[in-house]
Amino acid sequence: MNGVEGRKERIDRGIRVRASGLYALSSWKEISYLAVPPLVLIIGLIILPMVVTNMYWQRVISIVGIYALLALSFDFLTHFVGLVSLGGAFYVGVGGYLAAILNTKLGLSPFLTVPLATLGGAVICTLALLPCLPLRGVYFSIVTLMYPLITARVIEALNILGGTDGIVGVASFPNRWVEQYSLFIILLLLLFGLRRLVKLDLGLVFRGVKDNDQAVKASGINITFYKAAAVFVSSGMGCLGGVYLVHIYMWSGISQLALDFSIIPIAATVIGGGGTLVGPVLGAFILVPISELLRAFGTLRIVFYSLILMAFIVFRSEGIMIYAQRKYHQFERWVKI
Amino acid sequence: MEILIYGIVNSMTLALMALGFTLVYGISGLPNFAHGALYIITGFVAWSLIHSLNLPYPIAVILSLLIIGLVGAGIYRLILIRVRGMATSEIIASYAIGLAILEGLRWGGFKGMTYTLPAFIEGSFMVLGVQIDYQRIVVIFMGLGIIGLLWLFTHYNRIGLALRAMAQDERAALMLGIDSDWMAIVAMFLGSVLAGVAAVALLPLGNIVVEAGYNVLIMAIAVCIVGGLGSWVGAILAAFLIGFVQILTVVYIESHFQIVVALLAIIVTLILKPSGLFGRQKELEERV
Repeated sequence: MNGVEGRKERIDRGIRVRASGLYALSSWKEISYLAVPPLVLIIGLIILPMVVTNMYWQRVISIVGIYALLALSFDFLTHFVGLVSLGGAFYVGVGGYLAAILNTKLGLSPFLTVPLATLGGAVICTLALLPCLPLRGVYFSIVTLMYPLITARVIEALNILGGTDGIVGVASFPNRWVEQYSLFIILLLLLFGLRRLVKLDLGLVFRGVKDNDQAVKASGINITFYKAAAVFVSSGMGCLGGVYLVHIYMWSGISQLALDFSIIPIAATVIGGGGTLVGPVLGAFILVPISELLRAFGTLRIVFYSLILMAFIVFRSEGIMIYAQRKYHQFERWVKI
Repeated sequence: MEILIYGIVNSMTLALMALGFTLVYGISGLPNFAHGALYIITGFVAWSLIHSLNLPYPIAVILSLLIIGLVGAGIYRLILIRVRGMATSEIIASYAIGLAILEGLRWGGFKGMTYTLPAFIEGSFMVLGVQIDYQRIVVIFMGLGIIGLLWLFTHYNRIGLALRAMAQDERAALMLGIDSDWMAIVAMFLGSVLAGVAAVALLPLGNIVVEAGYNVLIMAIAVCIVGGLGSWVGAILAAFLIGFVQILTVVYIESHFQIVVALLAIIVTLILKPSGLFGRQKELEERV
């Protein structure tokens, strides 16, 4: 474009327009245009546990699944409800400790603790966060950042729930197939369920709360109720991640309230592309294995992912998935001004 | 009596930690989550200057303050200025920088008991029946001195006045020909220097450890939120409030709860009165 004044124009691909209505069923090309991207994800997740044979990396993909859940929960709460929670570790800790207590004290099997601790944890988290729901923006972020810190310090100081040693002897899943496939199936169900949810009327209210809570309030809608509902969904996912974590490591302790569980999901969301729901999952599948590869370098990996996070948020804040979606749905051309 | 004296020392410590944070937030609206990292870097820079270059202590301190100021200004100019005004991005980006610096230092081998800064004056003496070392007295006077200097600077200096103008109304300041980006860089420079001052005053009381960076950040946030974000008077008063409550907790309950007090103060203040005890009233901006 030497010397010619021009700008890039983005236009939807023809196939996108053709595939947008009922006409999508008119040919295999349009059907595959719509169906291939989600199928790639689903089939990829189903094949992944089979092709990974190394014991160590099998553990890693379970952890990746957990981080994907956490990232999904962060993305939903941030980009669809407008509550930026920096305290993801709080959900993980609550879910984890609850599962450990249910398992070791009441002797429930993992199949019962997963639903019970998830729902119970979500209720506890929602009640704990209820007083801060009227807060907005930075204030909500800071207050949620403090929750996991204070919980960890209180457990340390009062020496409750096993103190610094944590609760040991938690049962594990029967075998790794159950562990990984149940996790991935739940992940997929939640991913597609949330995608559907945000398109319902409920999702519209959520986005209204994000964009202009005063207007929503003026329409006679109780926004605290809707915020609480969203926090319930999001913290439930976080608790579920915590429950899986506890059953995989067979141990629950203060390290489940560590900042890792707040920061990595945020990094995954930023890298994957916030507001797409599938982006954070993708981001977790990119970031966590890289961070595992760097485990030999000790704390250098924290340096590494904080630098990635910073670079993405400053220079490429849209993330991978939004970029990919744009390329998939649209083409660009130069036009003269 | 012990409670009174150690309460004052502790309050001044908190005030020193928090002043830099509240200065930056008050002027450019940037919640600088890298504050704790800047604090720790100063310690390490001063330590390296003294031990590898064998510089005399006062020169090393002044040089390290200058360096930390430039580092802070550099971070702002190169990185944070790009996300200016996007509160969440600012928090995440500055927090990521702080995390990278702190964990990088930890990886670089700065841990353990070997890193200490010398005190300005060694020794201790008795005040009203309480033993206290000179360094703690230095902390008190340094805190008072810094507060006084800041007041003079912001009331009788062109740059200081411009900074105050920015804090009050950025648009009006822009119309009067104040370059807001430049002023934000200056604010970040000053904020980093204040973090450095806190570091050289407080670090001789203990070892330089990376964990202290996180604690300083939490304490600074606690003080600023209780006092009202961006309010300097509020920050100083809140430092005294939290300082004394902490000492009382240590005396009457247990020292483990010292940090719980700070965290609880943050949560309770945010829930009940997010603008803090002395913050400017912005009800609609912060809660619904």
